Amino acid sequence: MTNPKTARSAPKSTEKRRPAHPAGGTVFINARLLDPATGLDAPGGLLVRDGLIADFGPHLRRNAPPDTEVIDCKGHVLAPGLIDAQVFTGEPGQEHRETLKTASYAAAAGGVTTIVVMPDTQPVIDQVALVDFIQRRARDNALVHVATMAAMTRGLAGEEMTEFGLLQRAGAVAFTNGKSSIANTRVMRNALLYAKDFDALIVHHTEDPYLSKNASMNSGEISARLGLPAVSKAAETIVLERDIRLVEVTGGRYHASTITCQESLDVIRAAKKRGLPVTCGVSINHLTLNENDIGSYRSFFKVRPPLRTEADRLAMVDGIASGDIDVIVSSHDPQDADVKRRPFAEAADGAVGLETLLSAALRLHYGAEEVTLLTLWKALSLNPANLLGLRGGCLVKGEPADLILVDLGEPWVVNKELLRSRSKNSPFDDSKMQGRVLRTVVAGETVFPFAAEP
Amino acid sequence: MAPSNTSSASGFNRRHLLTCEGLTASEITWLLDLADKTADTNRQVHKKSALLSGRTLINLFFEASTRTQSSFELAGKRLGADVMNMNVSASSVQKGETLIDTAMTLNAMRPDIIVVRHHAAGAVELLSQKVDCSVINAGDGAHQHPTQALLDALTIRRAKGRVAGLVVAICGDVLHSRVARSNINVLNALGARVRIIAPSTLLPPQPARFGVEVFTDMWAGLEGADIVMMLRLQNERMQGSYIPSSREFFHFFGLDQEKLDRAKPDALIMHPGPMNRGVEIASTIADHSRSVIREQVEMGVAVRMAVLEALARNLPKP
Repeated sequence: MTNPKTARSAPKSTEKRRPAHPAGGTVFINARLLDPATGLDAPGGLLVRDGLIADFGPHLRRNAPPDTEVIDCKGHVLAPGLIDAQVFTGEPGQEHRETLKTASYAAAAGGVTTIVVMPDTQPVIDQVALVDFIQRRARDNALVHVATMAAMTRGLAGEEMTEFGLLQRAGAVAFTNGKSSIANTRVMRNALLYAKDFDALIVHHTEDPYLSKNASMNSGEISARLGLPAVSKAAETIVLERDIRLVEVTGGRYHASTITCQESLDVIRAAKKRGLPVTCGVSINHLTLNENDIGSYRSFFKVRPPLRTEADRLAMVDGIASGDIDVIVSSHDPQDADVKRRPFAEAADGAVGLETLLSAALRLHYGAEEVTLLTLWKALSLNPANLLGLRGGCLVKGEPADLILVDLGEPWVVNKELLRSRSKNSPFDDSKMQGRVLRTVVAGETVFPFAAEP
Repeated sequence: MAPSNTSSASGFNRRHLLTCEGLTASEITWLLDLADKTADTNRQVHKKSALLSGRTLINLFFEASTRTQSSFELAGKRLGADVMNMNVSASSVQKGETLIDTAMTLNAMRPDIIVVRHHAAGAVELLSQKVDCSVINAGDGAHQHPTQALLDALTIRRAKGRVAGLVVAICGDVLHSRVARSNINVLNALGARVRIIAPSTLLPPQPARFGVEVFTDMWAGLEGADIVMMLRLQNERMQGSYIPSSREFFHFFGLDQEKLDRAKPDALIMHPGPMNRGVEIASTIADHSRSVIREQVEMGVAVRMAVLEALARNLPKP
């Protein structure tokens, strides 16, 4: 696979001044090392030199090599940084919502070392020059790695394929129609067929555009009581089943970006059982929230696809625990107050999520579901890296040191005013969390030191 | 009766030439041998014979064509036939007449050979069932274009001395190409090793069933090729439905020097025309010293004369 050069951040542009590194590098001692690739979960230490993981293991737990900067992890988890495969920003076109720079600050604070941005911008990322633009902007302004998916149809209109081959060469890591589904079955078939020649991944939001038109929440008792236009989860499963048939016909690699219900999970499981090149993701919102949270028309819980029932949420958690759901995304979607503080049906979809992704995911670990840390890290770092051909997601000597230090026990309360994202539309505002990122390291540089927080 | 070139026993005993599927190596070789001699004659000042004197040839083209129609017209005239070109856009088809009615009407005019091009696959065969004369398929939809495949085989044979054993790479829009289908039949019958190279969206289903090697990577597909045969990409295929753009198509499937370097150093470059320079073939490659695109046109007249002559021999004698 000819894969992506994720744009590297330029640490020189960070505001906080750091001491120069000693020649021997930086050593993290007294850590609990976690590696989803090998299943490592043991005390040890890790040495970073020249931005790369130079060494790690139990022998470095207490013994710092000479001439190194020593960071005492105090027994906390040191693990690969998270890779968020679905992040919307407003750059280019709607910078008042979010820029690559502000998104990268939110990512750093949330322990996300690579963000994959969606092509739903103005203009849409459907040309080589725009992929190039994202990479240049990210290189100059972002604290974390930024990769981009490109639009699979021109202008996301769902009719004409984009230049998969040239866009891939420019660095696009996958092709997606963003927030909209492809209604035209022939276009979807040809895109899967054409993508196969380049071993390119098609990432699809599965929601029938006709059934979901004007819908603002999940169809059921609550939507009936609230009197809101609603969409059945069948709208998702119908498109997913169609797509799986097309994968079978074409052999193209396919990833359903965010599934939300038991029925969709059943379709994915059956497809995987048949050996089809199919994977899927789920958003953190659908793992930790349900439609009851909407309460009395709280528009910060209006997301796309809509929040489903508690039974569906539990099915999603089960999918993560079983490994049938491959990826957890934040689906970070910044919206300003103007479009959020409206009557529910007229409010914009979307929730920010980069800064709360890990803490919210840890609810699955602490809750009744008891999902293991390694399982969570697979879905949050290893699997998205493998799926998109990105570096990172595991502890390997010689690979870039994209790491996070996490205090699993730290209790805190989300205050949306303190979020680094330019938009504050978090459904977790005022929520109690357990577990917090202490330090985020990108290519060996600390880009987020919690200790420096006010 | 003194045996001569043209009165010896015919090696081609068919009434029509509708498809290359099922043509035997000996039938093809006999036609190519005849065309080979005709090609030499065509280079003389006196190229005209009277073999088809008194015969009527109708060119019935339902689809616009410049080179094929003029090639058949010239072939018929050099053999002494009376040639009529039917301008279909101005004919009764525009008034709603069915294909079969058109065929019956023409048949009543007692032609000896009708050359037909139609946009629908199978239309020429349907027409052939309704007339008393011989019919030559000059292209029916994405199905067949037999004289193109024969002229390509003759061009290859004259340049390389043989067809058997050569690696022929057919590149481009195979899905919609009658030229590709016809060439696969003829080249396979003559023992060539045929490859097809196209993006998956422009390959027919189950392409390997054609008895060819299939490539979606042109660099790999051209490796060691003796013949690089490019196909025309029609404009309506370029706008995002089958391929994203002509720019991307040229990048990955257009013949340029870099890709041509993968083929053998003496590889021939062929194209059935008309070319889209900069889409499926770089302009410099079209005019390359190894390009035999103009020879293909020349062989076209010779092959069509040979086919007309062969079919005329099989016509019932009055």
